[in-house]
Amino acid sequence: MPADIYLNVAVGGVLTGLVYGLMALGLSVIFGVVRVVNFAHGEMMTIAMYIAVTLFSAFHLDPLLMLVPIATVLFAFGYVLQAGMINAFITRPEHSQFLLLVAMAIIMVNVLLILFGPDAQGVQTSYSFDSFQFGRLIVDATKAYAGIAAIVVALALFVFFRSTRVGTAIRACADNYTGALVVGLDVKHLYALTFGLGTACVGAAGVMLVLIADVTPSLGPAYTLLAFVIVITGGLGSMPGALIGGLLIGLTEAMAGLLFSPSAKSMFAFAILVLVLLFRPQGIMGKRAAS
Amino acid sequence: MIARLIEGVPRRALVMLGVLLLALIVAPLIASDYLLTVLILILYFAYIGQAWNIMMGFAGQLSLGHALYVGLGAYAAAAFYVHFGVGPWLGLMVAVPVAALAGAFIGFLAFRFRVAGVYFAILTIAVAEFARVGFDHWSWTSGSSGLFLPVAQYSHNDLWLLRGQPVMFYYVILVATVLAFIFCRALLQSRVGYFWLAIREDEEAARSSGIDTFHYKMVAVVISAAMTSFAGVFYAFFYNNLFPEQVFHISRSIEIILGPIVGGIGTLFGPVLGAFVLTGLGETITAVLAAAGIDLPGAKQVFYGICLLLVIMTLPDGIWPWLCKRIGLAERDK
Repeated sequence: MPADIYLNVAVGGVLTGLVYGLMALGLSVIFGVVRVVNFAHGEMMTIAMYIAVTLFSAFHLDPLLMLVPIATVLFAFGYVLQAGMINAFITRPEHSQFLLLVAMAIIMVNVLLILFGPDAQGVQTSYSFDSFQFGRLIVDATKAYAGIAAIVVALALFVFFRSTRVGTAIRACADNYTGALVVGLDVKHLYALTFGLGTACVGAAGVMLVLIADVTPSLGPAYTLLAFVIVITGGLGSMPGALIGGLLIGLTEAMAGLLFSPSAKSMFAFAILVLVLLFRPQGIMGKRAAS
Repeated sequence: MIARLIEGVPRRALVMLGVLLLALIVAPLIASDYLLTVLILILYFAYIGQAWNIMMGFAGQLSLGHALYVGLGAYAAAAFYVHFGVGPWLGLMVAVPVAALAGAFIGFLAFRFRVAGVYFAILTIAVAEFARVGFDHWSWTSGSSGLFLPVAQYSHNDLWLLRGQPVMFYYVILVATVLAFIFCRALLQSRVGYFWLAIREDEEAARSSGIDTFHYKMVAVVISAAMTSFAGVFYAFFYNNLFPEQVFHISRSIEIILGPIVGGIGTLFGPVLGAFVLTGLGETITAVLAAAGIDLPGAKQVFYGICLLLVIMTLPDGIWPWLCKRIGLAERDK
């Protein structure tokens, strides 16, 4: 019997990890192209979570149906932020960019606190307590839907970057900024587009996370940290790396919660981060940057 | 020694500093209890800001986890006081080495393995978060339920045990802030200081000209951590309660660095000015909101964020370099 528990918890952790991975994918895409570390990433995710919770409690709109609309809203939000404010900072030193985004993060957390209060909020869908059974393996329906949706969104993004003209243009900006300017690409627009795609990812992840976990305003910084841990573990700037990092961290947290105590689980995630920084600073999937 | 310290400083700047110091010395005579508490808070942030500035402003290493050193200092001194009755000044003998070791640990890992820039900043956050969760589960320091120092009504001030009225704490932190200011000035004028600036401006070039960059970056982290731990000891004995969730939290680390950044990174007076500006404005808005009968928990922080945003967008170097030109302490551009 105990073996079943481990398996069930592990599968649950992997599915949650996929959602984490999608969140981290947004951070990775933004860093990989715009070279800005989005220190307000988790806060943006809590914004998406609150939109989903509010739509559900006010109009009974199922979060899974709201996935695309909310991701679109977050896309617009990210586009405007990048084009309006962050773009002026891309040539500034790192600490300057960091402060800009931390200031935004502080404002986001506390505006959410004013609007929604400090108490945890969540959604109770008709399938909240459903589960699928495969032999002795039991999987929560919400986690399964969330994990599948995360894979779909991530695949769509891969296809976009690989097979569309705009996606190719964005990759050109990432590879050679000056070259992209020379051949006449509208880099500012492409950067804003990329930032928007990154926030759309985190928005989609937030909507799905609402199915799994409650949201409070103070979770923003925690999710930002989690996204960093995942992205550095997987390899900053690597898209598959973000998903793999997410899986690994999701699994680690689930197992640590089972074997030790749920409140200690983030310690293990940070321990993994420190180990990766020391022994493979470029991350599991990352390429070593020329120094 | 003093002649060397004030060498090249405009006379007007010295007079202004003297007047400010004098005002701070006599302030408790006229200040209300509330104002005194605000002044203690300002000096507390000025002191830590100064310590953080050594790492970021002088040596160019962005630490986003300075709450770690505050927390370690606070917990070391408080735990020794609670468990063994060891006073804070002796507790400092534990707190400083513990924090310095933590700093050396982070510095060694980062600088040896070439973890730099954003990665370094995230490593500092990660270690602080690790400590926060760790202390949450460490029963010797009462875990997440908090460590409390015994308190009583004090009729007299016991400087040796740091038990007494706010006025005593005020003078303690004032002396610490002044000493930190002088110490940083001396550092900036020393060989180490010049090496730091060289590393900050161009590490590659600094290494090429024969500076042992690893060694001097380590020195910066260790000094900064050790200085910060004193603020932790002060915090523990002033507030008398410690929760890992509060002292080690990332928002504490950010709070610490706002002052020097708003005031002016790498300047000596920036951290002091930033502490006055931010704490002063923060308290003002609290008072205004209270007077208006608005009880919104996040309103003050939203204001903080907006302020910070405005400063970074308009004055990327901070207020002090800009103010210097206004009041004629530095030459205006063009």
